Amino acid sequence: MSNYTFPFDSDQTPVHERLGGKCTSLAIMTSAGAPVPPGFAVTTDAFDAVMNQTTLLDHIARVLDGLDMDDIAEVDRRAAHVRELIRTQEVPDDVRHATVAAYSALMERCGGEVPVAVRSSATAEDLPDASFAGQQDTYLWVTGEKEVLQKIRECWASLYTARAIVYRAANAISDEGLSMAVAVQKMVNSRTSGVAMTIDPKNGDRSKIVIDSSWGLGELVVSGEVTPDNFLVDKVLLHVVERIISDKHEELVPTGRGTVARREVDADRRTSPSLTDDEIVAVARLAKSAEKHYGSVQDVEWAIDADLPAGENVLLLQSRPETVWSQKVKVAQHTSSGSGIEAITRSLLAQMGARAGASD
Amino acid sequence: MTHSAARKSFDSPYDLEAPPGAEGWKDLYPYNLVFQENLRDKENAKFWFCDSQHWPNVFKPFETVGVEFAVRCLGAFNTRHYIIPPANGIEFRIHNGFCYMSPVAVAPELIGDRVPHFLERAGHYFANWDSLLENWKKKVLGTIAEMDAINFETLPEMVDLDVITGGLGIDPSAKMMADYDRLIQLAYQNWEYHFEFLNLGYVAYLDFFGFCKESFPSIPDLAIARMVQGVDSVLFRPDDELKDLAELAVKLGLVEIFAANDGAEQTLAAITAAAGGDEWIAAWHAAQEPWFNYTSGNGFYGSDVYWRDNLDLPMGYVKDYVERAARGDVLKRPTAELITERDRIVGEYAEFLSGEALDTFHGKLGLARTVYPYVEDHNFYIEHWTMGVFWRKVRQLSRLFQSYGFWENADDMLYLTRDEVRPVIFDLVTGWGVGADPIGPTYWPAEIERRRGIVAALATARPEPAFNTPPETINEPFTIMLWGITTEQVQQWLAGDDADNPGLKGMAASPGVVEGIARVITGPEQLPHLQQGEILVAPTTAPSWGPVFGKITATVTDIGGMMSHAAIVCREYGLPAVTGTGSASTKIKTGMRLRVDGSQGIVTILD
Repeated sequence: MSNYTFPFDSDQTPVHERLGGKCTSLAIMTSAGAPVPPGFAVTTDAFDAVMNQTTLLDHIARVLDGLDMDDIAEVDRRAAHVRELIRTQEVPDDVRHATVAAYSALMERCGGEVPVAVRSSATAEDLPDASFAGQQDTYLWVTGEKEVLQKIRECWASLYTARAIVYRAANAISDEGLSMAVAVQKMVNSRTSGVAMTIDPKNGDRSKIVIDSSWGLGELVVSGEVTPDNFLVDKVLLHVVERIISDKHEELVPTGRGTVARREVDADRRTSPSLTDDEIVAVARLAKSAEKHYGSVQDVEWAIDADLPAGENVLLLQSRPETVWSQKVKVAQHTSSGSGIEAITRSLLAQMGARAGASD
Repeated sequence: MTHSAARKSFDSPYDLEAPPGAEGWKDLYPYNLVFQENLRDKENAKFWFCDSQHWPNVFKPFETVGVEFAVRCLGAFNTRHYIIPPANGIEFRIHNGFCYMSPVAVAPELIGDRVPHFLERAGHYFANWDSLLENWKKKVLGTIAEMDAINFETLPEMVDLDVITGGLGIDPSAKMMADYDRLIQLAYQNWEYHFEFLNLGYVAYLDFFGFCKESFPSIPDLAIARMVQGVDSVLFRPDDELKDLAELAVKLGLVEIFAANDGAEQTLAAITAAAGGDEWIAAWHAAQEPWFNYTSGNGFYGSDVYWRDNLDLPMGYVKDYVERAARGDVLKRPTAELITERDRIVGEYAEFLSGEALDTFHGKLGLARTVYPYVEDHNFYIEHWTMGVFWRKVRQLSRLFQSYGFWENADDMLYLTRDEVRPVIFDLVTGWGVGADPIGPTYWPAEIERRRGIVAALATARPEPAFNTPPETINEPFTIMLWGITTEQVQQWLAGDDADNPGLKGMAASPGVVEGIARVITGPEQLPHLQQGEILVAPTTAPSWGPVFGKITATVTDIGGMMSHAAIVCREYGLPAVTGTGSASTKIKTGMRLRVDGSQGIVTILD
């Protein structure tokens, strides 16, 4: 029965097929000592139980039977129907009990009922464009057992968007064995959040960490709706080598009623740095350890939790391999390869040449 | 004072009045060291910056010997020895008593022709570095020994009988004149040697520096410095000797004696009388040669006090150390940690490279590490040891003249230029020879008083940071590396004091962040005022202020780059440092609370 949930700090080895990409990553980071907000996975076993122990699977098959993938309107209509079936499906008792138990344990650990984030955690093959799949199935500031259970079903339902159905048909991926895990995680009370990349995308320099940072929740940074502060940090010394403080006009903040509101940032905070120097270094350190742990260039989502004391308030939300910049083979141009006197001379001329050229 | 943010140029030295009472100051210095009226246009076309890093105080006329020998020889090795393709030497002038410099570029069309000569000449030195350096040490120590053998003594009532019986036919005057010339010549010789390796050391460092900047754009300069730097420079040996003496005192149970006594004489007498004292006294004597040829000044001033000549200084430091060692403090610099950290830094950057780039990285780092120790070590042999002996002999001669009534105070000879001293010697030996009074005692006391007044008046004003129009960008790497003079820095000087800005920007010279109370120190004689835990703020520091680095928590200087002595010492001691702030020592007052961020190069005045 405990197969239905998996706490991120479990001492068992996380299995990708059961936890999906996001939860596996969170569990690995937790066991590596990364400061991930506490939470648990609702495993694919839970999804499978819902499908197999109820009439849902048959029901879905009937709705989709004979669907013409070229008829966009019809695909949309039937997809919506399937999602409605999943959203309203009574969950088997054992699955519900396990989920409620895991949720209660989490709340106890947080010292009372706190909001959580509920996110889908797909196993990559099932959905198109897997790295973006999670975005639309993120529910923030979810409060209370009933609401949490509902959002879990919403995540399951996201397997049957029109786009996903068409994608599977086109790639001959059977719905047989189709599954989905869900992450339930303590909601970070983000004073500031953003992303960090363990490479400088300007030039492919791997000795740098680039941090984008803005007030409130990170969604506006990720979606590009706010121009974030930008920090360039040396990965070895952890010194800030460049900083651009932007006009951060909007932020996303919790309303306290389980929803999130966009609001204007007050004048004095707009152009103030959204991270202190100590926090910049803490974020960089976080990104550096994620890279070291995974052994590849990482793209890290992080947040500063307003509820936590300095020194413990930098939290890792997600880390995934960076796949765009690190694939571009960028070799630094060296004017002075080799180490003899000829190389020294070339390098002297290169360094002073600019002055010689400019002075005439 | 109005803000003139749009200012594009600094004042011309020709338009800058001397402080009141300093009128006629130019005549105190050799003609070729001052801005001559008939060269106004030519001199105004050049950008000059003040080198208050090496010469923070007004020169007494004799003291120009240091800047003349040093900067001349620096230039000669670039220009005449190694034919460094893009760089000649540095012109230098004295204005209102302070030193100004202007690097001499090589015309772009001439650079190419210099390359083959540089390859041959510098290549020879790099290829034979260790054996040439071994020879260097012999030459330098030989010079010091020869200088040490010189003595200026009272002239005898009559020449020795040996002169008569040996048929020598010569009296001590010739020797005195020759010895003086020889003393000057020997100092000059070691200043030549000073630059025989130094410029090449910097060239190799710059080569590695350039490679790192290409491989890792915007890598902090500090990271490069820390990869190259050694941790056991001979420059730190004098301080280490004092720490050893302190630990020995604790081991021998002599702690009480240090607590109960002050000064070298009193303390040494008490130790000699104590049980186990002999062993300590023997160690104290063993440490003195050569390690007490060490000054808390920088070797360029006649007033610099060398430990050997004032044992109260090292004894005072030992007393401090004994107290701390008895408390259980660890006195030694954290060398193991510094090495571990250095290796970590090298290892992590190396991980980002592969193939030929990785080989190049290790090759250049290897060369930089081979040649770099010289950049630190030479300072002990020349600025401390050579100049310690030199100034001792100069003082000896000055005191001899004082005894003959040429002047009132022991060190008044410093108010003469070195070339004015030769006729004074001849005056003395003439009077002695003919059996009449020399003229000097009736001439010099008044003249020295006049000059003393002028020097004192010059010292009432701080120097202007620069003269004339700066180049649009400063990218001459030696200027940036050694003096910390960057385009940004010059712009900050031009903008002047900004009352709204409670902070200062400088070089991130040694990492770490601390908050604490400032102590502004403008000369080594004020060092005893420093209290435990304070932040040292100074126009510049000398590496020999080592013993105070155990007391302070950070350093801020007006002048100095990544490779300035303050930066090097702070890194060796693991203290945060911001150098080259331009105006910290005037803007910051003792007692202010500061936040020093040596990683970012920012000093904030908190209250």
